[in-house]
Amino acid sequence: MSAWSVTEPSKLSKWAAGLLVTFYTIVTLLPLVWIISTGFKSGPDSISYPPKVLFEPSLEGYVNLFTTRTRLGAEEFAALPPPETWYDRIVRGSGMVIAGPSRFGERFLNSVIIGFSSTALSIFLGTLAAYAFSRFKVPLKDDLLFFILSTRMMPPIAVAIPIYLMYRELGLSDTHLGMILLYTAVNISLAVWLLKGFIDEIPREYEEAALIDGYTRFQAFRKVVLPQAATGIASTAIFCLIFAWNEYAFAVLLTSGNAQTAPPFIPTIIGVGGQDWPAVAAGATVFLLPVMVFTILLRKHLLRGITFGAVRK
Amino acid sequence: MAEVVLSGLSRSYGAVQALKDVSMTIPDGSFVVLLGPTGAGKTTTLRLIAGLDRPDAGDIRIGGASVLSDTPAMRDVAMVFQQYSLYPHMTVRDNLAFPLRSPMIAMPEDRIAARVAEVAEVLRIPHKLDNKATALSGGEMQRVSIGRALVRNPRIYLMDEPLSSLDAKLRADLRIELKRIHADLGATFLYVTHDQIEAMTMATHVGVLDQGRLVQFGTPREIYESPVSTYVASRLGQPRITLLPADAFGPGAPPGAVQMGLRPEHIALGEGQAATVGRVEHLGDQTRLHLSLGPHQIVTLADPHTRLAPGDTVQIRPQTPLWFDAAGNRLQGGPA
Repeated sequence: MSAWSVTEPSKLSKWAAGLLVTFYTIVTLLPLVWIISTGFKSGPDSISYPPKVLFEPSLEGYVNLFTTRTRLGAEEFAALPPPETWYDRIVRGSGMVIAGPSRFGERFLNSVIIGFSSTALSIFLGTLAAYAFSRFKVPLKDDLLFFILSTRMMPPIAVAIPIYLMYRELGLSDTHLGMILLYTAVNISLAVWLLKGFIDEIPREYEEAALIDGYTRFQAFRKVVLPQAATGIASTAIFCLIFAWNEYAFAVLLTSGNAQTAPPFIPTIIGVGGQDWPAVAAGATVFLLPVMVFTILLRKHLLRGITFGAVRK
Repeated sequence: MAEVVLSGLSRSYGAVQALKDVSMTIPDGSFVVLLGPTGAGKTTTLRLIAGLDRPDAGDIRIGGASVLSDTPAMRDVAMVFQQYSLYPHMTVRDNLAFPLRSPMIAMPEDRIAARVAEVAEVLRIPHKLDNKATALSGGEMQRVSIGRALVRNPRIYLMDEPLSSLDAKLRADLRIELKRIHADLGATFLYVTHDQIEAMTMATHVGVLDQGRLVQFGTPREIYESPVSTYVASRLGQPRITLLPADAFGPGAPPGAVQMGLRPEHIALGEGQAATVGRVEHLGDQTRLHLSLGPHQIVTLADPHTRLAPGDTVQIRPQTPLWFDAAGNRLQGGPA
């Protein structure tokens, strides 16, 4: 309660910090707000100048994202029965009819399968490797760790051609398995290094206590180390997922008809019937959702932070 | 419960030899206290018996069979660590139940609940059972970690300074509690401490370690009354034994004696040579006198209600002191 304290920041610095954070948040979120709002604009609104901040919301972008449409002749169009659904009505409004579903759903599902599977695999392998590096005498440990890290030292695209050729020989190009393995290989170095740091922080004494309490080393790992590494595993999983989810270069090069993910697909929407910015923005918005949900779900573990340590000194 | 026999145990950590050829028998049902300063090898001994480390040489037999190739779980020992005592992600109840739920014991849940409640009662933490382990005070954490050993009925309890972080009252209570458990269960204990009262009151045997060697093993009385060296003599006794040149009181030392060791009971007050009182410490149950005899400092005990004050002179005379040779080893069979 004193006027001046070593541990308590002054009112002024709190205000300054608050302003700074608010400003940073606005700058960071502005593009996101723009994408989300563009997704709900009509085609003309999306390209109007000066840009419209207030507009009449429309679901046209989302309908266009999930459908393919064709333009009919005037007589044919007039002869159609009245529209049955709300999305039929929206499409008819621009003088077209729905020809079928677009491939966005499939691409999105591919992203989900490949992104989450490779994350799970990276975390599984990464945790075991990190534990081994943290606890056991591994021959050439430092060199191995450096080698693992070195796989990150060049841009992935530099090895794109060899991987493309290898995958073609192995029959892995344009397969889900191929993409899962590739993203896991890229992510595992990050996972091992991050998780090793977290596991190093967990004192060995806990495992030793568990060993004496009648557990095997693996059981001690599962019951004592894993729960305490939850924070680290959660944050590592978020990093891995974000990489696999957003990866573009390999996805363009190695996938096409079967295992194509959403990132290379979204730009192709532009080509369908003129520059359909609302549909592109809608695609980007839908694409954001899984990572957002995943991060929010794991936030609890992130915020739990490093309150650990029933340590007696 | 079982007899534990250590024979020729050695262990190095890098260049540091933590244990050198230690042999010791911990009889079934005994309470053995290990004494020694930091780095003497006390904790290493516990870790080797628990199976957390492997000895470089030597054998460990529990209940007659060598356990060298057994995992810690198979050895059926309980250990209380000096640090990192509790699993931080569990409640107090789960911490206490953890050993009982292990595949080695796999006790049914209703019996676990009863056992946990019983131990919580003994350690006076029943109201804390549903707290997170991290929400306890240091003393409470340490009681829970003792409790995690006590819920089991292992072949030997290994305890590494379990009471060192507790306040004096609780320490005294738990000392009695551990002693009662020892007497009631006939349990075998190997107990590391720095605390003389713990060693003297609880131990049936005391082992004194010096730089990885076991220098003396015997009953607390033997260790106190006939230490083999100045090192052992300095481990026990409050105030500490006073070491003086053998001729500090004039001639009379046995041949070969270089030092004489004087505990308070070896000093008769009221006769002999004059010494000056430097300081009087009233500790409540005892009163310590710091005396100067020529160039030498002597600490002894006086009557708690003594009227002596700094500057006074008292006569002192050694009474059957302990004699030590140049290497600090005790002269056996000297004039008693």
